[in-house]
Amino acid sequence: MSLTELEFQAQGISQEAVPAGGIQGRSQLQLTWRRLRRDRMAVASMIVICVIAILALLAPVFASLLGHGQAQVFPNTGLSSTGGPMAPGTHGFIFGTDELGRDLLVRVLYGARVSLFVGLTTTAIATVAGVTVGLITGFFGGWVDAVLARFIDTVLAFPFLVLALSLAVVFGPSLTIVISVISFFSWAAIARIVRGQTLSIKEKEYIEAARSLGASPWRIMFVHILPNLMAPVLVLATLSIPAAIVFESTLSYLGLGIQPPTASWGNILAGAQSYYQIAWWYLVFPAAALLITTLAFNLLGDGVRDALDPRTERIFAAGRKRGRRFRVGRPAAQIDGLISSIQTDLPEEG
Amino acid sequence: MTRFLIRRILTGIVVLWIVTTSAFFLFFTRNPNIVARSLAGRAATGAIIAEVKRNLGLSQPIMVQYWQFLDRTVHGNFGLSYYQGQIPVSSILARDVPRTLSVVVGGVVLWLIVGLAVGVLSATRARSIFDRISTVGVLAGISMPTFVLGELLLAYIYVPLNTHGITWVNTGYAGLSSGFAVWSGAMILPWITLATVQAAIYTRLSRGSLLDTLGEDYIRTARAKGLTERRIVYRHAFRAAMTPVVSQLGIDIGAFLGGVLVVETVFGIGGLGQDAVTAVSNGDLPTIIAFVLLASLFVVVANIIVDLMYAVLDPRVRIT
Repeated sequence: MSLTELEFQAQGISQEAVPAGGIQGRSQLQLTWRRLRRDRMAVASMIVICVIAILALLAPVFASLLGHGQAQVFPNTGLSSTGGPMAPGTHGFIFGTDELGRDLLVRVLYGARVSLFVGLTTTAIATVAGVTVGLITGFFGGWVDAVLARFIDTVLAFPFLVLALSLAVVFGPSLTIVISVISFFSWAAIARIVRGQTLSIKEKEYIEAARSLGASPWRIMFVHILPNLMAPVLVLATLSIPAAIVFESTLSYLGLGIQPPTASWGNILAGAQSYYQIAWWYLVFPAAALLITTLAFNLLGDGVRDALDPRTERIFAAGRKRGRRFRVGRPAAQIDGLISSIQTDLPEEG
Repeated sequence: MTRFLIRRILTGIVVLWIVTTSAFFLFFTRNPNIVARSLAGRAATGAIIAEVKRNLGLSQPIMVQYWQFLDRTVHGNFGLSYYQGQIPVSSILARDVPRTLSVVVGGVVLWLIVGLAVGVLSATRARSIFDRISTVGVLAGISMPTFVLGELLLAYIYVPLNTHGITWVNTGYAGLSSGFAVWSGAMILPWITLATVQAAIYTRLSRGSLLDTLGEDYIRTARAKGLTERRIVYRHAFRAAMTPVVSQLGIDIGAFLGGVLVVETVFGIGGLGQDAVTAVSNGDLPTIIAFVLLASLFVVVANIIVDLMYAVLDPRVRIT
């Protein structure tokens, strides 16, 4: 956003001092991206996520390079003399093998495909559904709100893991069921937050202005309200990816998600249960893959939240000042802190 | 106040009715043949399967079954389990509730102590080294799937300790009647597993809430009066900052009392959660419905208590 003339005067900048090229306007998105790029943790986690995504996409390539399919059994080279899993690094099995003599590395790579796919699709479905329902229920109010809000509460009140398992049993476990179940239990949380935000935004003057100009309810909802919801929705979406990945692996671990021989981190770990005393790699590698992935997404989500919230910097700036002020305890420092807090309380541009 | 309670209890009953009804139709319309066939055995003829169905009352029209189910449930009778020697479902519940309760109570105490302590310390020392380390720790805790943590604890705590003769740490379930030491020894790993993930969430929640509260005007007033920082944080800010924590706590306790599914399964405790999985896999319809009903009851009651707690904690909230 560009600065208005008034703000220039308030900041004591004469208009002549404006550079010849004019002032470049920056959108909220650009500002967020700038803040995000300065967050080293967020950048690192973005890189990690990209690497995992590339590895997952290239899983078939790795499989053919190694000559090991994800469900291919190697009874001769893949099992130790006692018939147990083979340790990492022997016979070309970089991560070792599992109890059937399958290449653990290839299975972990294929597991990444399942995890990322489930995480992204469920988040996309849940976000679209949650935003739509939340907008409708918050905007229209009345009986629509009464019915839909109660429905949202009901979904949130479901003992969801038990119900997810029930659905998996009733319809037979499969990738489709896993995705539908996770989406069904993820949209309600998003809808609740979007509803709350919509309730407050729809009372704003610019919505009244849009309405007085004759904008239809749908136009107000999707053109005027939705863009102002993007910040919380973006944060929720980033954070719901790791949640979905954990959910999928838990379902698969309990035997009601992705079915063997298709590899998923959850069902690999379920298999590792009986072997961790003799084969540490069987437990450690898939667990590490799962943990690194969810941690990277959570770190990124945290970074996105901080980057979207202009208050974060202010809170921390004030916190720093406050800390120093109390340790020093001099009146001058107190006044200093007061001024800085007044300045930061001014509405920011954009 | 009374009106509030009455309204909440009534809507709670409606929610329970919706949940159980959808669970009922989900299972009883899809499953009877599969259930009867698996109960009758592999070599059963059609006549035997029909006989099994009739004995279980599954051959009646679905609406009749539904009516009988409602009638039974309202009178507090959950029927007989299809498995486990056809014992009443209520005795399965009576066996499982103490187990789940053991896990939840210890877990709650542990995660509240750790979560609140770390949360308050990192909020009052925002951006310090301690705060940064705890933030990363929190994210690691949140990212850790419960079953992975449980498996790792089993592999790298339980097994080494027991091979070195420290048998206090155990798996499975031991009731409080077998002594506090035995009970806590069996429960310590489940508690740690449950508390690690939860403590992370509570640390983040209490830190954020306390930071917000410390930015309020009345805190500035308290500072201007010259109060000590300790008094400001613990007397003025802490109580108001606790409202989101209390609400989360109510929801969590409500949800976990319905079964700490993963923890119970990993450590073989056999509480509500683990038995629910078994019931679901077996198609033990009456047991499934009872578990779903009980779990949603806990959630509904917890929500009502949370709303009441708001009014107690924050004088600005008025219940109508």
